[in-house]
Amino acid sequence: MPSKVLISDPTLRDGNHAVKHQLTEKQIARYAAAAEAAGVPIVEVGHGNGLGASSLQVGESAVDDLTMLKAARRELLNSKLGIHVMPGFATINKDIKRAIEIGVDVFRIGAHCTEADITQRHIGFVRDKGKEVFGVLMMSHMVTKEILAEEASKMESYGAEGVVIMDSAGAYLPRDVGGRIAELVKRLQVPVGFHGHNNLGMAVANSLAAVEAGATIVDGTARGFGAGAGNTPLEVLVAVLEKMGYSTGINLYKMLDAADLAEKELMPSVPSIKSVSIVSGLAGVFSGFAKHVERISGEYGVDSRDLFFELGRRKVVAGQEDLILEAAMDLASQKKKAPAETS
Amino acid sequence: MKKLKVAILGSGNIGTDLLVKALRSPYLECTFFIGRNLLSPGMTKASGLGVRISSLGIEAIEKEPESCDLVFDATSAMDHKRHWQILDKLGKTVIDMTPSKIGRMCIPAINLEECLVDRHVNMVTCGGQASIPLAYLIGKTQGPVEYIEVVSSIASRSSGPATRLNIDEYVETTEEGLRFFSGCERAKTILIQNPAVPCVDMQTTVFVRIKSPDLEALAVEAERMVGKIKTYVPGYRLVAPPLVENGRLMIMIKVQGLGDYLPKYAGNLDIINCAAIAMAEGYARRFAEVSA
Repeated sequence: MPSKVLISDPTLRDGNHAVKHQLTEKQIARYAAAAEAAGVPIVEVGHGNGLGASSLQVGESAVDDLTMLKAARRELLNSKLGIHVMPGFATINKDIKRAIEIGVDVFRIGAHCTEADITQRHIGFVRDKGKEVFGVLMMSHMVTKEILAEEASKMESYGAEGVVIMDSAGAYLPRDVGGRIAELVKRLQVPVGFHGHNNLGMAVANSLAAVEAGATIVDGTARGFGAGAGNTPLEVLVAVLEKMGYSTGINLYKMLDAADLAEKELMPSVPSIKSVSIVSGLAGVFSGFAKHVERISGEYGVDSRDLFFELGRRKVVAGQEDLILEAAMDLASQKKKAPAETS
Repeated sequence: MKKLKVAILGSGNIGTDLLVKALRSPYLECTFFIGRNLLSPGMTKASGLGVRISSLGIEAIEKEPESCDLVFDATSAMDHKRHWQILDKLGKTVIDMTPSKIGRMCIPAINLEECLVDRHVNMVTCGGQASIPLAYLIGKTQGPVEYIEVVSSIASRSSGPATRLNIDEYVETTEEGLRFFSGCERAKTILIQNPAVPCVDMQTTVFVRIKSPDLEALAVEAERMVGKIKTYVPGYRLVAPPLVENGRLMIMIKVQGLGDYLPKYAGNLDIINCAAIAMAEGYARRFAEVSA
């Protein structure tokens, strides 16, 4: 019997980064229905940074959390409805309780890769309510496999039924992924997962390396619709996994249809590896920064590539979008000073 | 002037840093440092500084009510509810450092004097101490505010286990403070922990959605407010004058700590403690006036 891989599809969550969180209720319903038809096991929906994240800091979404979740809920029967939750943005009282009422099935509670302990109460709360809960470690390239395993173990101890590591900056090469996943698989009792970004063209190869190292949960989005250079294209991932002899339970033809529909209905343009995405991957900066960097570098007359490298030097993490502006102002003032110094 | 006798309840980062600050104050005398574990780093530090310590928790004060006039409660929001019931009966003045939301919210730059009539004040949160004076200023001088949002990033090493566990209370208490002092009904708070080494200074950005901001007038007012805050938090400064970007009015500030118990990057810990000391000194002066 072929080994099984659980696919989680954040097209309607990570994809929101690519359109500045402007996905509409209708778009969400259309794609959710197509994913349901294809047998995608988990459909993740929401603002790019997850529940409660619509803000001036990271961008306001066109549609509020509850409307987005309800729109998807109506279309999903066999597919589970999933959400991404970052403590510090969302709270149990304001956000998680309402998501449970709406009927969210899978809660993925995320934190920066060194900060697992801020997820303790949220994971525990969701688990107590009898919902499925995974831990998510973001920007996982920033630490060693040992630290990552330590943090993942904390999430397991809080009650997480699986731990997913994210390559939020698209910075990994396959061997980085294989080493980290193998370490997690060795240290944890619960399933281990991988979420890729394609800045260095490695998303599918990295996902494969993850699966071969023992990951049994993999994220992918239709046409790679997601932050920065996009995610692992799900239709490619499903095809490759089938070819390798893994079973995903997804109907390939219908997945191809869903990807075609997503391209037509959701995307102003299909994600591609833009020049700045390569720099962002090399600098190891959160993919969700791309749209902000594009805008702010224009406003302050600085090279967006310099800005990405500067942010990499400052070791910024997801959620620190306000620092983009500060870094741009610093670069702009250095630029002004430079000619005077040489004269 | 006779010094006010203060006790510190809670021997974690906040309590121990408060101790160092209280010992320096010309108005305060720390008579009791109370925790749960005699071997904790905070207790060791306190006994090294020659301060009387106890591991009995709130019971230490119940047994010797005359040991102090004012209590800083640096335990947790949950414990504070119980502590206040006891301390209230004993007639103590209490400065609550936890996000329990039960005492009167106190931001010294805004309402220090008004708070002195109460015996029970709450110091909101570190992000609240950093952002609320600016939110208040905008609400007062810039006309009706549609929406206000505060984002703080802090060094991971600057927040202890209780702070990290209570991240939801942090968010909700800061939001309540923002709404109360700015008069704006829609407020949001975001907290980011950054593990970078060397550690990052505390940084806070206040975002406001408002119809027609007057940036020049606001810049002058903001400088004045920063000057006022600096009198009790020396490491508080504007990163840049108020600006509008992408339809958002923004004010960015940084807070460096005094480096008392935790290093200077822990501006978050420093600002709430400096605010609490300013408040305690206010009570000390008030008590001295009354007894004079």
